[in-house]
Amino acid sequence: MSQLADLRAAVKLPLYMDNHATTRCDPRVLAAMLPYFSEDYGNAASRTHVFGRTTEAAVDKARAQVAAAIGASADREIVFTSGATESDNLAIKGVAHMYRDKGDHLITVATEHKAVLDAHHALEREGFRTTFLQVGSDGLINLEELRAAITDQTILVSVMAVNNEIGVVQPLAEIGKLCKERGVLFFCDAAQAVGKIPVDVEAWQVDLLAFTAHKMYGPKGVGALWVRRKAPRVRLEPLFHGGGHERGLRSGTLAVPLIVAFGEAAEIAVREQPQEAVRLLALRERLLKGLQGNLEHLYVNGSLDHRSPGSLNVSFAYVEGESLLMGISDIAVSSGSACTSASLEPSYVLKALGVGDELAHTSIRFGLGRFTTEAEVDYAVARVTEVVNRLREMSPLWEMVQEGIDLSTVNWTGH
Amino acid sequence: MAYSDKVLDHYNQPRNVGALPKSDPNVGTGVVGAPECGDVMKLQIRVNDDGVIEEAKFKTFGCGSAIASSSLATEWVKGKTLEEAAAIRNTDIVQELNLPPIKIHCSVLAEDAIRAAVSDYQAKRASRNS
Repeated sequence: MSQLADLRAAVKLPLYMDNHATTRCDPRVLAAMLPYFSEDYGNAASRTHVFGRTTEAAVDKARAQVAAAIGASADREIVFTSGATESDNLAIKGVAHMYRDKGDHLITVATEHKAVLDAHHALEREGFRTTFLQVGSDGLINLEELRAAITDQTILVSVMAVNNEIGVVQPLAEIGKLCKERGVLFFCDAAQAVGKIPVDVEAWQVDLLAFTAHKMYGPKGVGALWVRRKAPRVRLEPLFHGGGHERGLRSGTLAVPLIVAFGEAAEIAVREQPQEAVRLLALRERLLKGLQGNLEHLYVNGSLDHRSPGSLNVSFAYVEGESLLMGISDIAVSSGSACTSASLEPSYVLKALGVGDELAHTSIRFGLGRFTTEAEVDYAVARVTEVVNRLREMSPLWEMVQEGIDLSTVNWTGH
Repeated sequence: MAYSDKVLDHYNQPRNVGALPKSDPNVGTGVVGAPECGDVMKLQIRVNDDGVIEEAKFKTFGCGSAIASSSLATEWVKGKTLEEAAAIRNTDIVQELNLPPIKIHCSVLAEDAIRAAVSDYQAKRASRNS
């Protein structure tokens, strides 16, 4: 206990370990955006005066920074949006509506973000058909299944780069190569990827890529969709109609302060990515080794080899996730437990991996980030250990397992 | 979600956590719920010769509200006759703990656990007397 007190004294509580949900805005990013609120506040479309030309130049700079972050050569291919959800919708619905004459079939993956899944469901109501690829227990898709799913009616394949719940990285270059061979457009939701792993639209042969500022230490409310303009030239039906901003693909006055911040955030994130990946991987190893050293019956969800460095999703068997979150209330993490969602269903991502409901209810997602320290990881290990032990002592399932009872043979009274 | 002070109190200081010997003829055990539903409650009572519950213990796998509901249930059944215990309603638990609608199933589970423990004890008695 005194060890826990020492570890507690070394950190500032509450701890933030939910960097998949969002990240703290980096002070350097905040400093870059502030002048664009009350000093350089012109409308970037107002080319007739100096206020507009100043902000237009700032937006141009940000556009180049954002494009460079994903290995894009031409910054005119960036469309600024309100965030990854809008970018996902613009990409999927925009392609579907533009290429309707070519085909009515779309392919995506069961573990995609809700923005991608629900955009497909909306299109299905319009008559499009979707194949939802399944994943293995490691969270990865099978390329042969993708190959087999592509038909002459397929117009778009959408696969995310890094999964938001388990951090698993899909084989993007292989997917891109396959799509190119079959002449099908490839869209990638890279919201959790930029700044975490190297992102390169050319190496991946991707045609559209969505990402957002607030996952890379920028502000909420701004994102981008990168749209390939050559070989092939990808065309989109816009979601918003209006003043013709962003080459007509996204009308609406540009959010200059947010865009400037996005540019700064992207430049910093990509510049620091190589060292940051090494640091975060070491912290994640420390977290996992620490927990494994203290606790048994602990299961990592998703591949550890193909994973974003700051990401760890663990099931603490026999301890329900929400009660664990309640116990570690000074550490901000999230759970795949049904009790933390409005739907009363455990995580669909863990389900798709074949994780049983009983283990899905016990899962915790740790998202380490730029501001996470070793002392914080050590405190989290000690605190989680304490609470898991306490809750297992009051868990009837733990008691049964200790008595040697196989839980799968028990006749439960579901309700 | 914000938890009520009473839920937090029971979660932080659960009453009567533990186990009674299952094979003891004076002990009734109720296990309800299922792991894949995210909650399992085990509630045990020890009944004296006058048919009064003198001791109650629980173990719960579930969210904070499930832990609080079962903790409260053990407090309430103590000193009650079997009939009085079986008459405890989930709505009483909802009211006492200020459970939000999404957590009502936790209170239902606690009511079921009490009844399961009572019937287990009664079944034991019946088989002993026959």
